[in-house]
Amino acid sequence: MLRSFFSAVFLVGLALALSVQANQSNPVRVASKNFAENYLLAEIVAQLLEGEDIAVERAFGLGGTLICYQALLNAEIDVYVEYTGTLSQAILQRPELTGRDELNSALTERGIRLLPQLGFNNTYAIAVRSQLAESLGLRNIGDLAKHPQLRLVFSHEFLERGDGWPGLSKRYALPQSVEGIEHALAYQAIADGAIDATDAYSTDGELSRYPLRVLADDLAYFPAYMAAPLVRTDWLEQAPAAAAWVRRLAGTIDAETMQRLNAKVAVEGMSYAEVASAFLDVQRQTLGLSARGSEMPTVRLWPQLASHVLRHLQLTGLALAAAILIGLAVSLVVFANRRLANAVVYFCGLLQTVPSLALLALMIPIFGIGFTPAVVALFLYSLLPIVRNAVTALSTVDPTLVRVAMALGLSRWQQLRHLRLPLSLPMIFAGIRTAAVISIGTATLAAFIGAGGLGEPIVVGLSLNDTDMILRGAIPAAMLAILAEFLFAAVQKRVSRGYQ
Amino acid sequence: MSSSSASADACVAFHGVSKNFGDLVVFNDLSLILPSGKTTAIVGASGSGKTTLLQMVNALEHPDQGLVEVFGEPIPQDQLQYFRHRIGYAVQGAGLFPHLSARDNVVLVARLQGWSEARIQQRFAELLEAMALPASLAQRPPRELSGGQQQRLGLCRALMLEPDLLLLDEPFSAVDPVTRLGLYEVFEEVQRGQAISTLLVTHDMREARRLADVLVVLEHGQIIQSGSPDDVFAAPASPYVERLIASVA
Repeated sequence: MLRSFFSAVFLVGLALALSVQANQSNPVRVASKNFAENYLLAEIVAQLLEGEDIAVERAFGLGGTLICYQALLNAEIDVYVEYTGTLSQAILQRPELTGRDELNSALTERGIRLLPQLGFNNTYAIAVRSQLAESLGLRNIGDLAKHPQLRLVFSHEFLERGDGWPGLSKRYALPQSVEGIEHALAYQAIADGAIDATDAYSTDGELSRYPLRVLADDLAYFPAYMAAPLVRTDWLEQAPAAAAWVRRLAGTIDAETMQRLNAKVAVEGMSYAEVASAFLDVQRQTLGLSARGSEMPTVRLWPQLASHVLRHLQLTGLALAAAILIGLAVSLVVFANRRLANAVVYFCGLLQTVPSLALLALMIPIFGIGFTPAVVALFLYSLLPIVRNAVTALSTVDPTLVRVAMALGLSRWQQLRHLRLPLSLPMIFAGIRTAAVISIGTATLAAFIGAGGLGEPIVVGLSLNDTDMILRGAIPAAMLAILAEFLFAAVQKRVSRGYQ
Repeated sequence: MSSSSASADACVAFHGVSKNFGDLVVFNDLSLILPSGKTTAIVGASGSGKTTLLQMVNALEHPDQGLVEVFGEPIPQDQLQYFRHRIGYAVQGAGLFPHLSARDNVVLVARLQGWSEARIQQRFAELLEAMALPASLAQRPPRELSGGQQQRLGLCRALMLEPDLLLLDEPFSAVDPVTRLGLYEVFEEVQRGQAISTLLVTHDMREARRLADVLVVLEHGQIIQSGSPDDVFAAPASPYVERLIASVA
């Protein structure tokens, strides 16, 4: 019974590991952050290259600037579109660097290069509801200082960045206390009147969709955010042809064009792929692209769902299998030593308190982005319920039975094998069940580091403020969690048979 | 110390044993000899230290000072498993493993010892018969059995490896009086031929009188009186012993 269970765990783990095929070819790995414009620009880069028969691997929707930049440094990705202001403020933390040449001289020693700019400045802007702006007479950012009751809610990144809220509130002496929100949700929230003001990007398509007023940055606080492809210098040498094509995008997208492209996605509900394809068609002459039109990959709902579910199961299944094997092994070693056991359970609990996204980000310098770090992070999250239940169950077996087992002359291993372990199985399974449900839920965040799974439609949907798309990931994920709950409950009931 | 030579027929000998649990003194310089082939009953109230005394014989407890000799030698600390295989152990409530069938509970150790299935089956059948248990309960889990049946299975398990010494820690006390009489009878049946040296711990003077060859009365870790049951009942050495006798009269 026990042996077959552990063999099963091992085999499932192995099968999942083998099903994750390593890609042997050498495609250009194009990445994007998790907001609409960056998706769109990455899609344009990707389709441009594919149109010239250069293989592309997409790692879209990575959870923020640092994840993208780390992934680039670690050669996990080859190109993504960055903004000059973000480079100087958030990455280099040298706000005095503004021009591309200045930035590049600072980036050279890191092996990174900013290619020629695309042609638009997507700086931060502060947006308020037009009606509210009208009634309070808000024109400049400074006007906010006179209304401390206003509910200012900003994207998490804006709240943290040096060039974001901390500096802004100082420069304009803004008294409000602020809260964080997912950027894509902010527009809906402001339109619904749930919040009064939020940060926006000046090229956001939503600015024309909702009745919003952009306040003037009269003190010129926000630096310029000129968009440009960011690459590693060694990649420029390895893939000169691809690099040359990416360079051709320089100066082809002005601010008006960008806002229009963004609006096609945000307002008209076109897909990134459609908008990118249409843009490239228009620019075909200018860019000197090959004559044939870029093919639009037709995305079908069910096969895509199936592949997301499969990837989700691979992520959680592998993490769970590893957590079961390693968690139980650790529990068996430490349970008899109360202090050691407490220390281990405490440590696993500590892991649990690291916010999911932070843990995923911490994995990047070690494991890069994508599948592996996501599995490692999920593995770490799964440890606590498994180890805590196993240690508790193993160490609280009826002492009379333990005494009998000793008196019968059972060795330490035999006591474990024939008494403690079988009696602990129901509780151990309860722990595995909890871990399974937790990791199925948490695995949706893995999309932020490019690991795919059901988080992918959620991340894309968030960037688009597209509820349908979000539900396409959220509903199957919830159903998987419920399914796992029932499945493990059934197994738990089965192994509990014969116990009182 | 070397009085062990004087007790050649001793199965277990305690020499000047002291034992504390923290501040609580359980025994202070206790000496006691259990003769081979006899049943010795240790009688005392709860807290008299009788269970601790029993558990020092199979090394579940260890004396702080003094020496416990079993089978004529000090307990071999480096070979405890082998040593314990020679000692049967049965406790109040039977202590059967809830996840194993009745049979698996009884034969587990023999199987781990590498006994052949035929030998196991023969011994198991023998024990069922001796304990007057029907073969039909072999595959049932303990929770489906009566208290008396569980207790009998506990005795079967203690006897499975044909031990040289039996340690019985109140195995007859958690069942109803009629069932208890039945248990007495099967125990007496087992002891009828070649009797196994037995240490029986009980708080029941009547039980001790019926089953034991030697009776030892323990109070607060002190031996108050020892001798044949008839002698103890005829001439109680202290008011405490008198009260113990009176309680079952």
